[in-house]
Amino acid sequence: MAHIDENPLGAHLPLDPLPGHSSLGRLERVLRRGEFAVTTELNPPDSANPEDVYERAAIFDGWVDGINAVDASGANCHMSSFGICALLTRMGYAPIMQIACRDKNRIAIQGDVLGAAAMGVCNIMCLTGDGVQAGDQPGAKPVFDLDCMSLLETVRVMRDNSKFLSGRKLTTPPKVFLGAAINPFAPPYDFRPYRLAKKIEAGAQFVQSQYCFDVPMFREYMKKVRDLGLHEKCYILVGVGPMASAKTAKWIRSNVPGIHIPDSVIKRLEGAEDQKKEGKQLCIDIINEVKEIEGVSGIHVMAYRQEEYVAEMVHDSGVLKGRKPWKREPNPVDQLVAERIEMARDGHEQDQQKLAGQAAQQPL
Amino acid sequence: MADPKLGEPKLEGAQKPGNAAPAKKAATGAFTPSGVSPNRRSRHKYTIRLWAVRHSRFFEWFYHRFAEAFLLLHPVWKLFGYQRVERPITFVEKHVKGFLFDCRMCGQCALSSTGMSCPMNCPKQLRNGPCGGVRANGNCEVEPDMPCVWVQAWKGSQNMVKGDAIMNVQKPVNQSLRETSSWLRVTAEAAAAREAAAAAGKDA
Repeated sequence: MAHIDENPLGAHLPLDPLPGHSSLGRLERVLRRGEFAVTTELNPPDSANPEDVYERAAIFDGWVDGINAVDASGANCHMSSFGICALLTRMGYAPIMQIACRDKNRIAIQGDVLGAAAMGVCNIMCLTGDGVQAGDQPGAKPVFDLDCMSLLETVRVMRDNSKFLSGRKLTTPPKVFLGAAINPFAPPYDFRPYRLAKKIEAGAQFVQSQYCFDVPMFREYMKKVRDLGLHEKCYILVGVGPMASAKTAKWIRSNVPGIHIPDSVIKRLEGAEDQKKEGKQLCIDIINEVKEIEGVSGIHVMAYRQEEYVAEMVHDSGVLKGRKPWKREPNPVDQLVAERIEMARDGHEQDQQKLAGQAAQQPL
Repeated sequence: MADPKLGEPKLEGAQKPGNAAPAKKAATGAFTPSGVSPNRRSRHKYTIRLWAVRHSRFFEWFYHRFAEAFLLLHPVWKLFGYQRVERPITFVEKHVKGFLFDCRMCGQCALSSTGMSCPMNCPKQLRNGPCGGVRANGNCEVEPDMPCVWVQAWKGSQNMVKGDAIMNVQKPVNQSLRETSSWLRVTAEAAAAREAAAAAGKDA
């Protein structure tokens, strides 16, 4: 039986339009139904093999509502988010395509938005992107033609007004659910809630936050957000993730821009016997704390190189409350084909006449 | 002038942690050109810019008087022709604003909406607020010894009467207006608006 968020004619096809929904995708439906959403991030492969993407996506099967296809995160070169989305949409997954302003100018970005929407991408996440200095090719030319705000506005205008930035008309607008990023853990702290307000004004419908390790600080932020009434205009997903060890946490704190890890977290990891297990437990504890905060609509699990733990952490924290997100069911025909190929490989040639005779004598 | 806490001597060996590329480069002992973006810029360049942000209220007041004066001179600009005065005015604007704000001559000045901190100095040229990479000490992710342009902008806007303009969503930069005078553009637009209003008043 097909999942409620699946087109019965095929998992890769768009869903029926619903009133008040701006996309034909699964993630928006889950959020608008008021369910606690779980999204995650796919570790982009450094290869040209589609199987790598499928394998990495299959780990999340049945546990997440959306998969972020990252656009050269940390300015490190990987398979592009556009390519990953092309592969994922073929398989029926609900990718959230990230667009970073670092690498493409407005001409390329608007073209990609149309292409992605045509492929069936329903969620687009507008980011500024890390500076090129953070990545493996610091000599690259930083583009930053748009910024996340003007990118949001550009895509919103394309969707709602069927127009390019130049004012030229689109015949079919891209139906996308627009996302943005927030980082409540970086200065200027008192400006951060207003920045979210600005993003909502520009078009953000959901936001994913940077790694949350400092729950009291996030609470403070959410208090301000609620005072401004922003949690009613936009779905807020909190970024969480396991740390493999205290050493990793320290490295990330000093080398990855924008991630705030308080000393207490590092102390807790250092004190643990099995640091990896403790990191996972810490993440579950944080999920359990943030899910209770008013205005939080979901979590965004970033488990870089620990993707196999996502299912476990989502299960243990119980955020889904028994709900089963969409899962890719293998096509029954695929199995039949595989069996046939196996038979042919083993040397069992099919004798068409014999098969026809069998079918005539013993109809099923 | 330089802040003793962040002065040059400290920069030599002790790179601030948190920026993988320059730290790595410094560790190899490789030649690092002194004034090169995006990795480092020399501190003295920020001193006046930061002073201007601290006095954003004064600059806001001054700019309003100045814009009014420029508008009063509209007949003069018109007499010579806006196109002919463009070059000398651009020259003056570039050097005055370059000295005070490290102006990059984007040609569409947003200083009054950004707390008198020029957003084009942001290595990502963000015009709508700080990115998520601001360091805990309020410095830039890309250039560890530069105070974040937007942290400064937020501070500057707090001093200003119309500081709320920082909440406006700015349009993307029109790159074709680079190296043109935004003073003249603003004046021409204001004059056109005034004339349109006068014409509408006459009709009514």
